[in-house]
Amino acid sequence: MKSDYLELTDVRVTFDGFVAVDGVTMTVLQGDLRFLIGPNGAGKTTLVDAITGLVPATGSATFGRTELLNRKVHRIARLGVGRTFQTASVFEELTVLQNLDIAAGSGRGPLTMLRKRSSTPPEVEAALEVIGLTDLRDRQAGVLAHGQKQWLEIGMLLVQDSKVLLLDEPVAGMSAEERQQTGELLQRVGENCTVVVVEHDMDFMRSFATSVTVLHAGRVLSEGTVAQVQADPKVQEVYLGRAEVEA
Amino acid sequence: MEALIGQLFAGLSLGSVLLLAALGLSLTFGQMGVINMAHGEFMMAGAYTVFVVQGVVADAGLALVVSIPLGFLVGGLLGLLLEVLLIHRMYHRPLDTLLVTWGVALILQQVARDVFGAPNVDVKAPTWLSGGVDLGFTQVPAARLFILALSVAAVGALAVVLTRTSLGRRIRGVVQNRDLAETVGISTRDTDRLTFFIGSGLAGIAGVALTLLGSTGPTLGTNYIVDAFLVVVAGGIGQIKGTVIAAFGLGLMQATFEYSTTASLAKVAVFVVVVVFLQIRPQGIFSIRTRSLA
Repeated sequence: MKSDYLELTDVRVTFDGFVAVDGVTMTVLQGDLRFLIGPNGAGKTTLVDAITGLVPATGSATFGRTELLNRKVHRIARLGVGRTFQTASVFEELTVLQNLDIAAGSGRGPLTMLRKRSSTPPEVEAALEVIGLTDLRDRQAGVLAHGQKQWLEIGMLLVQDSKVLLLDEPVAGMSAEERQQTGELLQRVGENCTVVVVEHDMDFMRSFATSVTVLHAGRVLSEGTVAQVQADPKVQEVYLGRAEVEA
Repeated sequence: MEALIGQLFAGLSLGSVLLLAALGLSLTFGQMGVINMAHGEFMMAGAYTVFVVQGVVADAGLALVVSIPLGFLVGGLLGLLLEVLLIHRMYHRPLDTLLVTWGVALILQQVARDVFGAPNVDVKAPTWLSGGVDLGFTQVPAARLFILALSVAAVGALAVVLTRTSLGRRIRGVVQNRDLAETVGISTRDTDRLTFFIGSGLAGIAGVALTLLGSTGPTLGTNYIVDAFLVVVAGGIGQIKGTVIAAFGLGLMQATFEYSTTASLAKVAVFVVVVVFLQIRPQGIFSIRTRSLA
């Protein structure tokens, strides 16, 4: 039963009078691989920031009937809403395993953390397997390839048992092969999660999106399957047409 | 040869005192970027802890051993109080933090005067630390050897906590990337408080050690605060190993210059060397990205 879903109602974000997100309403179901596209400045990243509490927003964003807005960032994370950043963000000076450990143990109290851990927790092993970094577990995260850092970031969401994954341009700067692997990773992960991918890469979107929301100037311009969105003349005008020209 | 070894030990000893004073700062200033002028007063509080404990426990040796964890607690709790009440409101305002914590330092000094009196108090050194230790080729004061050992132990303990425990990894994680830390569910507020507690606690331990070297008075901390900042800046903010190297380096330099000139001239020379060094290498011996000062 797909009972848990991410529901945004009239989400607004304003920076000093500039309206970055202007009343976005959308629903993402579990098992959905939703792509969020739109021209630069459309408010995609800001919307993700708003849901995860990094910027203040008005309106409502609920997951499984729990309101997310106006909560502290780490509380939202512990409710099962995880995100990655545009620039691959990992703890560069720690190893792959330690990165996953931090994410897995984020709710632990300070005194239990002084104890030496005897073995790798099963969820961390599982995540290493899923993101394909088992062999690189003791490598410093800072020296990983760009694609591997992105996967590690996704792995950090998996060990926290995130139910909503908000991924900000996960394949930016990746090779074609890495894109393919990332897409397959998202499909595997997406079976049990609600995944929202902010992306510029149209080919990547066509290959893996199950549904698409187009943002323009802080508002939802169009929503539907890849084919429906591509056929929408409004979308062609502001975005896809221009993307073809750029390509 | 004997003179050389004597100077070498004097330098290491001076370095270990600097290290103890600066170690806590390397966390609160180096890792968190907080300019805490009251750090010296946390050392003073640690020193008075020994005095109070000696009022209860007659045996000076036992009192010293008890005072080390207790001094950590006293310094740490003072630091925690300061962080919760004042510092966390001004994390992005370093100049305000400097002024406010300097005010707090003055208040703490006055509190010490009101409670313990303006004159220095008498803290007894345990008998097993009052003599000298014969190393075969030379005699060294036992108290200085003890401080050297204590500083090495403190660095070792801090290094183990920071690199081997999840707690330390969380502290380093928050320093490296706050936004990421929060979005993986870590409370950066709690981590800030904890880091500040540990850093201030180390100041308390430094204060305990200083009772073995000189007089214990309300202004004990002010004598060390500038040197402590100097060590952390020269070592490179955010790096414990930089602090260790800088502390012993400055200690050895001071001792060497003192041998050929006077103590005050040596101090001037050390300052000049550090200023020149920072002109060539402003980021210190080692560097890492930190929150507000890099």
